[in-house]
Amino acid sequence: MNDTSMTAAGASLLSCHSCNLLSKMSGSHGHAHALCPRCGAPLHQRKSNSLTRTWALIIAAAIFYIPANVLPITVVTSLGKTQPDTIMSGVIYFVQTGMWPIALVIFIASVFVPLVKLFLLTFLLISVQRKWKWRPKDRTRLYRITEVVGRWSMVDIFVVTILVALVKLGGLATIDAGPAANYFAAVVVTTMFAAMSFDPRLIWDVME
Amino acid sequence: MTKSLIACHECDLIHRVQPLPDGGAARCVRCDALLYYQKKDSLDRTLSLTIAGLVLFIVANTFPFLAMKSGGLVRETTLITGVKGLYLQEMEALALLVFLTTILVPLVQIAGMLYVLVPLKVSRVPRNLALVFRFIRSLQPWAMMEVFMIGILVSMVKLGKMAKIVPGLALFSFVVMIFVLAGSAASLDPRIVWDRLGES
Repeated sequence: MNDTSMTAAGASLLSCHSCNLLSKMSGSHGHAHALCPRCGAPLHQRKSNSLTRTWALIIAAAIFYIPANVLPITVVTSLGKTQPDTIMSGVIYFVQTGMWPIALVIFIASVFVPLVKLFLLTFLLISVQRKWKWRPKDRTRLYRITEVVGRWSMVDIFVVTILVALVKLGGLATIDAGPAANYFAAVVVTTMFAAMSFDPRLIWDVME
Repeated sequence: MTKSLIACHECDLIHRVQPLPDGGAARCVRCDALLYYQKKDSLDRTLSLTIAGLVLFIVANTFPFLAMKSGGLVRETTLITGVKGLYLQEMEALALLVFLTTILVPLVQIAGMLYVLVPLKVSRVPRNLALVFRFIRSLQPWAMMEVFMIGILVSMVKLGKMAKIVPGLALFSFVVMIFVLAGSAASLDPRIVWDRLGES
């Protein structure tokens, strides 16, 4: 491939996020309200307020993460007895009954992935703010991971939905969603928005 | 003017766009991000898979999805039953999120793709092409059918001990739809749409 060794920003060009067309930066304010001449998407040289937005979203997600793990995610009512279950107690139940693969799926999707996402994004934010030049390619790769894995955390929410739908056997057994389900969904959504608002090109801006 | 150049969306490096063989992909020389790719019969393949996806979507949403048998009791559900259950439990936001990610977003994506591709197939440019295409592409991360599928598997194992879980026609349709829509997304080369815009 032909490498012209220049960035769009360096060449005073704006790259459209949606259709990839490059256009010349116009006007004195740079990119304030420019629209892509081909597809009409708003043009920004970098995602706007990327660092502030990403920080705000991951802090919100970290706060939601606590009630999501402490409060019950499901409440099982069986023959008059009610039993609340948290995410971890569900995992422990699967381990105790020998269903290792399921325990692993739930643990990775619900506990591990959100934490890893929060740590990776925090690390990337700090690395950009401190203007590190350390391994930009690997840091971009880490960013790609945070972008791809986030949606898989929804597994537990879907399990709760299906259990709520299926287990409605009158007095025999009923499963209701617990308050943690709301907080957990909030964690997934805010971390997804956090990954979207981070601009990986900031990692490379200091390399010039 | 600058159509022959492309900037990497992950590191901003400019590359010259070069013709690729069918099935080929171009990556950024600096950060290895996927820049663009060339698909064989992109319009025809994407269109046919999208139509198949629509048929499967309708089946998946109308026929019985999962049933649970425990003793003499049988409980049959459809795809939307869980959403209703959450809503009745006054968890409206959660019900909305599940409804969006498993039903509404996939439907809007299918409808939007047909709106864009059918006219292009007969060499016309639909109204607001850019707006519609941009919108359905921005919805991509929010379509979570395959994640829902894992949720179904986990639930089946979880309930397997206390009851018999019977998959319905809609479930099979849902599984096939996941693959068909993934194929449709994979065979789409967005440049066939954007290039058409440049001409009009």
